[in-house]
Amino acid sequence: MAPKLLSYSDVGSPVHRLNGVTKLIAFLLFSIAGMVSYDTRCLLVMLVISLSVFYVSKVPFKQYSFVLYLILIFSVLNQLAIFLFSPEQGVQIYGTRHELLHIAGRYSLTSEQLFYQFNVLLKFAVVVPPALLFLLATEPSEFASSLNRVGVSYKVAYAISLTMRYIPDVQQEYVNISTAAQARGIDLSKKEKLGRRVKNMAAILLPLVLATLERIEKVSAALELRGFGRKRKRTWYRSRTLTKSDTLAIAGAVLISAAVLVITFWDGSRFYNPFA
Amino acid sequence: MQSSKGFSVKTVVAIGIGAALFVVLARFGSIPTGIPNTNLQTNYAILALFALLYGPWAGLLIGLIGHTVADLISFGPWFSWIIASGVFGLLAGLFSRGIRIHDGEFGGKEILRFNIAQIIANAAAWFIVAPVLDILIYAEPANKVFTQGLAAGGMNMVTVAILGTLIAIAYSKTRTKRGSLTREA
Repeated sequence: MAPKLLSYSDVGSPVHRLNGVTKLIAFLLFSIAGMVSYDTRCLLVMLVISLSVFYVSKVPFKQYSFVLYLILIFSVLNQLAIFLFSPEQGVQIYGTRHELLHIAGRYSLTSEQLFYQFNVLLKFAVVVPPALLFLLATEPSEFASSLNRVGVSYKVAYAISLTMRYIPDVQQEYVNISTAAQARGIDLSKKEKLGRRVKNMAAILLPLVLATLERIEKVSAALELRGFGRKRKRTWYRSRTLTKSDTLAIAGAVLISAAVLVITFWDGSRFYNPFA
Repeated sequence: MQSSKGFSVKTVVAIGIGAALFVVLARFGSIPTGIPNTNLQTNYAILALFALLYGPWAGLLIGLIGHTVADLISFGPWFSWIIASGVFGLLAGLFSRGIRIHDGEFGGKEILRFNIAQIIANAAAWFIVAPVLDILIYAEPANKVFTQGLAAGGMNMVTVAILGTLIAIAYSKTRTKRGSLTREA
């Protein structure tokens, strides 16, 4: 009954063979460049690159199809909201006004607004493939060691790998508790009134939280017994040295994001203005 | 509980498993209110609770890690709100510091403090950090992001006030109070 969350599977593509560190660095660099830049040309190039890497990775479509639908819904709603709240945002940013169609009242379609909203969409779309790739094509036990490698304290890195490790368990616990509660007549569906539903939710959350706290006690006792956290450093079961293709990929990512930043700010503004 | 540097083992585990709980509740534990796109996000009640139990740094990291993973497995990372979640956890933990819930102390005074802390943290995260970052990163229209922030922050305040407080009270009842043993003469 519980939908499967995204999970790693090894299909042996060149992207899978890359080191976790490489994928993490590429993901971070692309995210930063994508966040900073509003230059349409750069964003388009980045999107093409990240989509082609995605294609090379051969991650089966089934694995992330529902994510794509959610992204689509989220983007459509967000785009509509932007237009409803501020139909002239694009005009403000680009400083010109080319009206295409008057809708009603203060709402009219301008090419500046369309272009601006296209950019917002692009900015979001650029980050999604590298993020998905990092999640789908990195062996979970390599997560922690790669984070540690790029300078995250090993305790925080370990916490993140604990998160990945325990999501399925906590999810199972949630499903167990909520079905047990529903069998006893605690209704969580739409049929119940809001106030009642909140109260019923508390009836599920309470045992879930107490069970989680107990789990924390157990796991931390186990870690403590094994001497976790005694030393300043630790080694990792899964950590590989960087190969030639890793160095190449990292260099490529660094070059691309540096180029993106330079091109974006060349004329002193983070927006690319085709109307000027 | 000694450790070489930084977090204790228990804090590390609490961050990891707390973030997992945050992710699971982000996906399954939200209650629609009837207003489109506005849900009661029960995971923020849990975040406030964990910040209270394990301190501000745990709150910060559970917010950051939990929200990032939750975003990744639903629709991709939206960075401004991820950072806002971290800020919420940090501030909620910071202002509710000194409440000794582990010793079973969570009466009227502590409930009030916990709620003041969560209201300040929610206000800072959703009324200020999230919209300002939305504008800085995504150049979104100001009136849109502040409306969204107000809605989200308001909802979260209500959720934490009800669910967070209820669960914290219940948890404190499971703990043995300090000084509950009396010495027999």
